[in-house]
Amino acid sequence: MNNFKVLLNGIIKENPTFVLLLGMCPTLGTTSSAINGMSMGLATMAVLVFSNLIISLIKNLIPDMVRIPCFIVVIASLVTILQMVMQAYLPDLYATLGLFIPLIVVNCIILGRAEAFAAKNGPIASIFDGIGMGLGFTLGLTLLGATRELLGTGRIFSLPIFAEEYGALVFVLAPGAFIALGYLIAIINKLRKA
Amino acid sequence: MAYILIFITAIFVNNIVLSQFLGICPFLGVSKKVETACGMGAAVAFVLTIATIVTYLIQIYVLEAFGLEYLQTIAFILVIAALVQMVEIILKKVSPSLYQALGVFLPLITTNCCILGVAILVANGTYATQGLEPNLLTGVVFAISTALGFALALVIFAGIREQLSLMPVPKGMQGMSIALVTAGLLAMAFMGFSGVDNGLSKLFGI
Repeated sequence: MNNFKVLLNGIIKENPTFVLLLGMCPTLGTTSSAINGMSMGLATMAVLVFSNLIISLIKNLIPDMVRIPCFIVVIASLVTILQMVMQAYLPDLYATLGLFIPLIVVNCIILGRAEAFAAKNGPIASIFDGIGMGLGFTLGLTLLGATRELLGTGRIFSLPIFAEEYGALVFVLAPGAFIALGYLIAIINKLRKA
Repeated sequence: MAYILIFITAIFVNNIVLSQFLGICPFLGVSKKVETACGMGAAVAFVLTIATIVTYLIQIYVLEAFGLEYLQTIAFILVIAALVQMVEIILKKVSPSLYQALGVFLPLITTNCCILGVAILVANGTYATQGLEPNLLTGVVFAISTALGFALALVIFAGIREQLSLMPVPKGMQGMSIALVTAGLLAMAFMGFSGVDNGLSKLFGI
């Protein structure tokens, strides 16, 4: 499979948010606005690209029996580095995303791609898979964040689209996350079949 | 009284699944039958309580004592993974009947983000303690009530989905889509509890 195909596979065919339904906790928890969703997606993508790269490089050194704990240590170390970088350079964003940054460790997409792709493929293909899956996840989160922000406050990326009084606040709150994602998945299912 | 308040707040007002968005994967994954939902809820309650105690002690006596707080994420996830394995082995030996009931769900728990999430919240003391000092006791009360909240949400949701499977659902909405909308409505119902914690704390005079 060439690298471009790997990249597109993550964004469209196996989109982690809408098709594989992986990593639902950050998907629902951090998408109260488009910008938050996008930042969470990019943070996850950074970890995913590096974890895929490192795991594909060390895959021959790890005994098969203990591969899962090894993968988790690699991922947890990368998340710790990300946590420190964000605390230093993006303290506001770090405060907004809060608990969901350390929880990238238990995001099933990262361990899933390590196991399903990086452990079987070379480093270059693994980087492309990480970028593709990461972009797919970012796209899903941004789309959901934009939908919720638009329906809830009448804005997208803080740009006013319609007056705030017409917005339904419930979409910014917890129930709106479930409902908006439910309908987005229904629409995407419809588009995929058409 | 403050402990009762922590209990009620964690179960109803700040329900871990429906308002904090932790543990969504098992919430959507193992909620097709009430029986399995009960099993999963019990397994999570069991592991969450033990994991919170162990990680809290590690935070105080290892990480903070040696100035290694930055290793929190790595240390906690390894401890939780090891703990789940250990619980599985001990249960198999000590109580085969309980192992039969919970066995299938135990390996799934390692990647359940509500375990790591609650462990981090308790270790950092950033949860609703209702005016009490965050310590091991409040942490354990918080962990148990959070786990009960998780089990409650899971069992209610499984009950609804059992009924829903008999209903005619529009084609495009079938599967995960209708499940998410249902969860949204359930979350809306739980939103009705918001403010109960403030009212009760006034009532108790805290």
